[in-house]
Amino acid sequence: MQRHFDRDIEDLKDLLLRMGAMVEDAISQSIRALLERDTPLAEEVINNDSRIDQMELEMDRRTLELIAKMQPAAVDLRFVAAIMKITPELERIADLAQDVCERVIELNREPPLKPMQSIPHLAQDAQTMVRQALDAFVRGDAALARQVIKQDDNIDQQTEQSFRELLTYMLEDPRNISRAIRLTFIGKYFERMADGATNICEMVVYLVEGKMIKHTPVTLNP
Amino acid sequence: MSNARIRKIISAIAESLCGLAVLIALVPLVLILFYVVKHGFTSLNWAFFTQMPKPVGEVGGGMANAIVGTLILIAIAALFAVPFGCLCGIHLSEYPASKFSSIVRFAADVLNGVPSIVVGIFAYGLVVLPVRRFSAMAGGFALGVLMIPVVVRTTEELLRLVPPGLREGALALGATRSRAVFSVIVPAALPGILTGILVATARVAGETAPLLFTSFNNRYWTTNIAQPMASLTVQVYTYANSPYEDWIRQAWAGAFLLVIIILVLSIIARVSVRRLERMNRP
Amino acid sequence: MITTIDMERFNSALAPSAVMLENMNAKISVRDFDFSYGSAKVLHGIVLDIPDRQVTALIGPSGCGKSTFIRSINRMNDIIPNARAKGTISIDGRDIYSADTDVVSLRRRVGMVFQKSNPFPKSIYDNIAYGPRIGGMRNKRELNELVEKSLIRAALWDEVKDRLHESAFALSGGQQQRLCIARALAVDPEVLLMDEPASALDPIATTKIEELIWDLKVNYTIVIVTHNMQQAARVSDRTAFFMLGRLIEYADTKTIFMNPKEKMTEDYVTGRFG
Repeated sequence: MQRHFDRDIEDLKDLLLRMGAMVEDAISQSIRALLERDTPLAEEVINNDSRIDQMELEMDRRTLELIAKMQPAAVDLRFVAAIMKITPELERIADLAQDVCERVIELNREPPLKPMQSIPHLAQDAQTMVRQALDAFVRGDAALARQVIKQDDNIDQQTEQSFRELLTYMLEDPRNISRAIRLTFIGKYFERMADGATNICEMVVYLVEGKMIKHTPVTLNP
Repeated sequence: MSNARIRKIISAIAESLCGLAVLIALVPLVLILFYVVKHGFTSLNWAFFTQMPKPVGEVGGGMANAIVGTLILIAIAALFAVPFGCLCGIHLSEYPASKFSSIVRFAADVLNGVPSIVVGIFAYGLVVLPVRRFSAMAGGFALGVLMIPVVVRTTEELLRLVPPGLREGALALGATRSRAVFSVIVPAALPGILTGILVATARVAGETAPLLFTSFNNRYWTTNIAQPMASLTVQVYTYANSPYEDWIRQAWAGAFLLVIIILVLSIIARVSVRRLERMNRP
Repeated sequence: MITTIDMERFNSALAPSAVMLENMNAKISVRDFDFSYGSAKVLHGIVLDIPDRQVTALIGPSGCGKSTFIRSINRMNDIIPNARAKGTISIDGRDIYSADTDVVSLRRRVGMVFQKSNPFPKSIYDNIAYGPRIGGMRNKRELNELVEKSLIRAALWDEVKDRLHESAFALSGGQQQRLCIARALAVDPEVLLMDEPASALDPIATTKIEELIWDLKVNYTIVIVTHNMQQAARVSDRTAFFMLGRLIEYADTKTIFMNPKEKMTEDYVTGRFG
């Protein structure tokens, strides 16, 4: 039976996806700003973050209203819970992109460090994970969500690797230290974006299957 | 012996005593029915229904005029009692607490208890004396007066049983009070009211005393209500008092027919009550 | 857990100005409305504006006067002996308690649906046609159209279109209630009063009624009394909280259920007393 709340639920979903699109843009722009040493682009990302913050407030307001009015049950309740947990994750991911850009602006004041291998790779992987997490939410694809969660191990390895790489640069020449440290931070930020994507996927699994897999070891099979 | 056993025994004794009481109460009823059926059934023949009474002493004939007469008398009674009684009942249910209503209610209850012969004399004084003639009208009038209390009380009770939600629903749609009563409440109670009328009719169908000085009797066929008219009850009375065997036989037949009529009316009333309960229960 | 009522706070809690709408889009305006049964006063100084074409819910514990109040709007309380009303209730600016009010035509403008559905013991068709007929409509074709339109509006047409001449009692409880709604709509009211319309129904039927109310508010001003707070939250745009015959708080439904101003309101909607 058609319920007038169905539209409110669809609206909430659309709003989240719009926010997700904005966050994905922020990530890809921050990566480009890093690789192309583009300070104006980095500044743009930092300015746009306030829009994403406003969207989080809007989502919170609407979600609470929906709970007060609808008293959702079963899948509707899990949907609302998922929205309430995914929204702040997205906002944090956007904040991390903003942090990346702040470090990029600082880096761009000095000449570039020797070409890095691992950080760009790490960044791309993190970006992919966030995109896949949002896809999993849209499609209700718990299997994809579990795959994304598995990839977090890979990200951790890459972070470790880039840290070792930067360490060698620091040991080579003390003048590299400040840049290398900033790059270490950037690597950390991308790793935390990947963690955010993982958290989003845990909520997708909860929404679709009703199982809470947070803080439990994950297998590919449910 | 344990308490439980004593109680069981006492219970069994009490039950048997109750059963015995029922049997004793049923005995007269069964005997009457048995007698009437035994004597009347054999006397009931086609001639009984179609032929007129034969002159005194002759064998044969029937009670055709009496049967028709009873029907006409009941019809007059209903025509008189039903509209009047129903309107009274409607008033009583609409204004249940007024002084006037309590007086009317009391009057109806008293009238219910008045012996039917007294009602007959009343009708004699009111309708027969002024025109110095017995008539079916007078008889119908007397029977009607007997019917009124039953119709009034039944109508009032049944209207009171109509759920108040129906009245509210009608009023909320913009009906005036009288509109609501006549277009919704009365139709809702109608099956019950009709049943009440049937019960009242069954009661007066068996009356004899009031007819003795109102419609009197008539050996001939007539449907003129200004004339005296034969009726089943009076005819049975007359024949039963006579020395002629054939007449006595016919009296049994008449009695049997009366019992049948009242039985049929009662059954119809019973069945209607059950059906209307089912229909009106939302 | 029961919260005792602080009578002082109670009596001073009401700020009449707060309950009037800023934009005077009020369909129904209530000012200083008192109501008594004999010597017992059941409504005290009610001040309220009900907006046009929205759903306004009246909530409160048993005996708080919300049913009495809603029945004052179409003067159904008139049939109770010893009932007295003071103050004004204006619909479109005209006081319905003034001496020259025609109560019969008032009740055609303000329809009512009751808690226990009360279809007449007539056919489905005759139930719906009753209102228009007593209003003088005789034309068969017009009546047919009106019956169909009303049943469609009440979301019942598809279920009964092939059996319009069957008894109304052949319908289920939820269908009977929708029949009563259709019957009320048939006289083309402007306002629809609903006194706990779904409290006698099962959850599915209740949801159908709630969705129907949501659809109807486009065309009608709806006032609904409900003892089910969640229903008030789901279905209404504005909510008024009554207690002991007084209006305690009246605001957007969102506000009442998310962030009410009065503690008594909060205690009630959280279930801490009642």
